Amino acid sequence: MNTADNTPATPDPDAGTWELRLYVAGKTPKSVTAFENLKKMCEQHLPGRYRIEVVDLIENPRLAKEDEIVAIPTLVRKLPDPIRRVIGDLSNVEKTLVGLQLRPAAQGW
Amino acid sequence: MSVTGGAGRPGLEKTPTGIHGLDEITGGGLPKGRPTLVCGAAGCGKTLLAMEFLVRGATEFGEPGVFFAFEETAGELAQNVRSLGFDLDALAAQNRVSLEHIRVERTEIEEAGDFDLEGLFIRLGLAIDTVRAKRVVLDTLETLFGGFDNQAILRSELRRLFRWLKDRGVTAVITAERGDGSLTRQGLEEYVSDCVILLDHRVTDQVSTRRLRVVKYRGTAHGTNEYPFLIDESGFSVLPLTSLGLDHPASTERVSTGIPRLDAMLGSGVFRGTSVLLSGTAGTGKSSIAAHLADAACRRGERCLYYSFEESPAQILRNMRSIGLDLGPWVATKQLRFITTRPTLFGLEMHLAAMHKHVREFDPALVVIDPISNFATAGTAGEANAMLLRLVDFLKARGTTAVFVSLTSGGGTLEATEQQISSLIDTWILLRDIELGGERNRGLYVLKSRGTAHSNQIREFVLTDLGVELRDVYVGPEGVLTGSMRAAQEAREQAAAEERKQAIATRRREVERRRAAVEAQIATLRAGFVTDEAELEHLIAAEEAADRQLRDDRAAMARNRRADANEPEPTAPGRPGGAA
Repeated sequence: MNTADNTPATPDPDAGTWELRLYVAGKTPKSVTAFENLKKMCEQHLPGRYRIEVVDLIENPRLAKEDEIVAIPTLVRKLPDPIRRVIGDLSNVEKTLVGLQLRPAAQGW
Repeated sequence: MSVTGGAGRPGLEKTPTGIHGLDEITGGGLPKGRPTLVCGAAGCGKTLLAMEFLVRGATEFGEPGVFFAFEETAGELAQNVRSLGFDLDALAAQNRVSLEHIRVERTEIEEAGDFDLEGLFIRLGLAIDTVRAKRVVLDTLETLFGGFDNQAILRSELRRLFRWLKDRGVTAVITAERGDGSLTRQGLEEYVSDCVILLDHRVTDQVSTRRLRVVKYRGTAHGTNEYPFLIDESGFSVLPLTSLGLDHPASTERVSTGIPRLDAMLGSGVFRGTSVLLSGTAGTGKSSIAAHLADAACRRGERCLYYSFEESPAQILRNMRSIGLDLGPWVATKQLRFITTRPTLFGLEMHLAAMHKHVREFDPALVVIDPISNFATAGTAGEANAMLLRLVDFLKARGTTAVFVSLTSGGGTLEATEQQISSLIDTWILLRDIELGGERNRGLYVLKSRGTAHSNQIREFVLTDLGVELRDVYVGPEGVLTGSMRAAQEAREQAAAEERKQAIATRRREVERRRAAVEAQIATLRAGFVTDEAELEHLIAAEEAADRQLRDDRAAMARNRRADANEPEPTAPGRPGGAA
């Protein structure tokens, strides 16, 4: 369930596309909720400049070790630097935004 | 879930840890296919215990293992245990051990909503499958509590984790920090209910001792005491010290003490495998006698382990050489091994543990501990007593003869040791000062010797250039005589003997003289008698001659009176012829 939305229109001080990776373990209600919450948030705060990659660790268990995943679901912001992690089903929007450092940036706009 | 523990079920399967002593205490190892909790304060050896369990499993029992480290990285861990001879890198390369670091960094993680620890499960599952692990270590799982805010989720996930581990059938060791008033800081013991092992590292009077206790082991009988343990270059070893009964065999073989006279006092030596106590005040020659025992053992071709808590080996060798006892060759042939440490270097338990280890490795026939008095300084007298009791039991069970040297302080009764161990001792040789006539001399006697008709005599013993010599003491009106007073007495006796000899000789001469006098008298008398006899014989002869003459005259007369022939001839006796 890889999804990629990319709109290179708006120039931004944060520069370019946000690369987000969501680690899940099978299609559990939690992972589905997390993906939906993430999508909604990105549409709202990063319209057109985000990319979400969903990694299912059941299919790729090796990635869990490589990317040091313990909790599921885990959202990793790979770009922009530095790497940020948010865990949970992202139902707490406030915390997700803080975790992704979208909140201060959003205030700046 | 704890109901499945099956309390009291006899055939509970166990997984041997391979850790010396731990398997003995637990009756075979940890519960197979179940998690075991190892808890203790920081730095008490939890990680090491877990690591050894894993490594021994992989190397000795053919059970690969997975080590999940929550605190240290795989590289750090491998480095830490390399000093114990565990080559984790090699084992990992052979796919017998899988080492993985679980990094949970609170500052990098924001919690936003409901989550679970499925990532950990997946990693664990993968690692187990990769090496086909039978053993799993989670060290220290509680670190997770520092990584996540939502403790409720964490707790339910841990519950699920333990269930999951059981379902996978792996024997797991989970380490946890000790908490205040509870076994673990996060109460993990409520999840792991099958086996709980508590490690402790206590410091009493600046001396630290490590101890291990099996708090709980469902479905099996286990030692409940605290057992000391050691961590050294060969890893972890637990000492099941009090599991001994009094069922050691009793040897009837006697071994020489190296001092012939002392052997004689003891009825030809001490029994092999018994305990000998040499006690006495300072400078009474305890160590010298102990050295003789050691020397005698080496002469028999046996090995001897000599613990010296006061002198260095070189010093002992030098001192013993001065009394003509050269222990050097035995050291060279590795029959004699000195172990010298200060008693206060570590706790009593550690001493005992170390001694167990040494004795097991060296397998001596004789162990000398010189002195035991110092142990009281490394613990309380009661602890020292308990420790010596265990040591005596341990050595007896092995049939090792033990020699304890005990220094008694001058003030107290000599027949009391500070360690109150006299009841443990089979042969007690007491050395004492005998102060008399302005000098101190050494006396020795056998206070007791079980199973032996031993001498009740006090002997003076002298340290000569040729070793220890036992001499008789003189009991005079003022008491026992030793040293120069003994020498003086000896001289006196010698003089008296000389005098007696003189007297006898004089008497003998007197008798000779009397005999000569009597004989002279006899000779004189005899000579007189001979003279008389000759005279008398002469007289007799003269008388007889006269008599004959008379008769002849008569006969002649008769012949002359032939005229009177009618007359009957008178018969003269002694005249056979008569006149024809």
